Amino acid sequence: MKANKSRIEKHHIEDFIGRTYMSFCVTLLIVIIVSMVYFVASKGLSTFISGTTSVSEFFFGTKWSPDGDTPSFGALPFISGSFLVTLLAALIASPLSICAALFMTEIVPGWGKKLLQPVIELLSGIPSVVYGFVGLSVIVPLLRNIFPGQGIGVAAGALVLSVMILPTITSVAADALSSLPQNLKESSFALGATRWQTISRVIIPTTLPAIMTGVVLGMARAFGEALAVQMVIGNAPFVPRSLFESASTLTSVITLGMGNTTMGSPHNNALWSMALVLMLMTFVFVFLVRLLERRNKI
Amino acid sequence: MQFRKSWIMTLALTSVLALSACGANNATTNNGGGNTSATNAPTETSGTELKGSVLASGSTALQPLVEQVAEKFMESNKGVDIQVQGGGSGTGLTQVAEKQVDIGNSDVFAEEKLKDADADKAAALVDHQVAVVAIAAVTNKEVGVKDLTKQQLVDIFTGKVTNWKEVGGKDEKIQIINRPGSSGTRATFESFALGTKTEDLQGSIQEDSSGTVKKLVSETPGAIGYLALSYLDDSLTTLSYDGVEPSVDNVIAGKYPVWAYEHMYTNGEPNETVKAFLDYFLTDEVQSGDVVELGYIPASKMQVARDVKGNVTTK
Repeated sequence: MKANKSRIEKHHIEDFIGRTYMSFCVTLLIVIIVSMVYFVASKGLSTFISGTTSVSEFFFGTKWSPDGDTPSFGALPFISGSFLVTLLAALIASPLSICAALFMTEIVPGWGKKLLQPVIELLSGIPSVVYGFVGLSVIVPLLRNIFPGQGIGVAAGALVLSVMILPTITSVAADALSSLPQNLKESSFALGATRWQTISRVIIPTTLPAIMTGVVLGMARAFGEALAVQMVIGNAPFVPRSLFESASTLTSVITLGMGNTTMGSPHNNALWSMALVLMLMTFVFVFLVRLLERRNKI
Repeated sequence: MQFRKSWIMTLALTSVLALSACGANNATTNNGGGNTSATNAPTETSGTELKGSVLASGSTALQPLVEQVAEKFMESNKGVDIQVQGGGSGTGLTQVAEKQVDIGNSDVFAEEKLKDADADKAAALVDHQVAVVAIAAVTNKEVGVKDLTKQQLVDIFTGKVTNWKEVGGKDEKIQIINRPGSSGTRATFESFALGTKTEDLQGSIQEDSSGTVKKLVSETPGAIGYLALSYLDDSLTTLSYDGVEPSVDNVIAGKYPVWAYEHMYTNGEPNETVKAFLDYFLTDEVQSGDVVELGYIPASKMQVARDVKGNVTTK
C-alpha cells in the first residue's frame, strides 16, 4: 500500500471522503440514540432507585397526587388512558383505512387513487395542534350534545387520533395491496370468484401482515401523540368510568407537568419514568412491526 | 462525477458548519454562567455602552411581557442581545439555579418550587418582582351566580358542592375546569382564593393554557374555572370574591386578595447588563406602558406587598 501511495487516484479520495462522511453520520446517529435511551432510562429509573415509589405502586397505583401532603405517584390512570385511546383509535381507523386502501388499489385504481392520494397526504401534513383545535371546536360539542357528560374524554381523544392515524394506515396498506402479484388476483378471477370473494379470501389474507404493520405504525403514532389528545381528553388523573369522562394519557401528563416542575424533584422524576414507559412502548411497537414484516409472505 | 463531488463537498461543509455552530452555542452557554467577572469589568468605566448577551427562560405567562420589554431595551442598547425562552416556571428556576440562564422567570416564589433538597438553591436566587397578575374565578354565562364566598369556592373545588343551586344558581351540575397541579396560576388561586390545596376530582377537566380554559368555560354548561384578569371578557361571567369585584384598582388597593407577583430571578446579584435590563423593567415607562398594555398590573403601583409566606403588608 505504501509503495502505491503516489498512485492514489481521484476516485480513491472521493471514496474515502464519502465513506468517512457516511460513517460519521451513522456514528452520530447511534450516539444520539444510545445517549437518549441512557438519559431517559437513568432519569426514569431514579424514581424507583430513590425509593419515592415502588415499581408496583407506580404501575398499578391509581392515585396521582404529586403535590399532596403525602405525595403518591400511581401512573395507572395515564397508562390505561394511553392504551385506551390508542386501541380505540386503531379500532375506528383501521376499517376505514383498509377500505380506503382497497378503494384506491382494487376498486377504482384510476381516479380513486388520483383523488385519495393527495387527500391522504394532506391529512398527514396537518399539524397536530390543528387537529386538537378542530377536535375541541367540533367533536367535543358534538359529543356533549349526543352523549351524557361534557364531551371531553377518551371518546373525543380516540376520534381525533383516529383521523390522525388514518393516513399512516392507509398509505402502508395501499402500498402492500399494490405490491401484490397480479397473478394471484388473476387466478382467483379465473376460478370464477367475484371481486368481493377475491378481495376477502385472497387479497386481504395475503396482505394481512403488511396491513397490520400499518395498523401498528398508526398505533405507535397514536400512543406518542401529545398535543391533540391533551386538548380534548380533559386530563383528570383518574381511570375513567366512562368514555365521556375526563381522563389522561402518559403524553398529556408529561406535557402538562414537565415545564412546571423543577429537575430532580420527585414529581419531575415520576414524569421521566412515564417517558421511559412511553419509550419502552415504542420499542414494543417497533418489535411488533419487525415481527409482522418477517411474516409477510409477499 | 463533478456534480457528485461538489455534492459531497457541500455535505461536508454543512456538517462542519453545523458542528462549529454547536461549538459556538456551547461557548455562549458557558459564558452565560461564568461571565459575571467578565462583564463586571466594564463596571469601573461605567457610563460606557452596555454589552453582552442575556438569556432568560421560564414562565410562559410572563414571556410576552419580557419579550416586548427586551425588544425595546435592545433598541436603545445596540450592544445587548436578550433571548427570551418559555419552558415554564419550573424550568426557569432550575436553569437559573444551575446558571444555565441569566434570568429565570417564574409565576411563584422560588422557595415554593425549590424546596427540601433544593432549598439552598433557592437561597442563592435574587428576586425581582416586575409585575402582578390577578386571578378571578369565572363561570359559564348560564350559571346565574355572580358572587361566591371563599367557603363556597372551597366547597366547589373540593367537590362538596356539585350543583349550582346549592350556591344560589340554577339547577345545573358543576363542571370544574382546572389547571394542572403544577401550574403557577393554580397555585396562586389555591393559596389566595381557596387557602388550601385541592386534590384533582374525578371527572374534572384540566387544561394547559388559559386560552383553552376560557374557551371551555364559555362553551360548557355549568363550568367554573379561573383566569388571569387579562383574559376576561363578555363571553364569561366573572365572579366577585367575598363581594369584592376583581378589578385592577381593587388589586392595587389590596382589597382583592387573589394575585401573585411575576418574578424574574437572577443567581446572585446580576451583572451590569442584566441589572440595567431589570432596572429598565421597573421604570415608569415600562410599568405604566408595556405592563398595563399586556394586561398585567404594575408591581410598582401596588399599595400592598406580600412576602413568601403570604403575609400582606401595606406599603
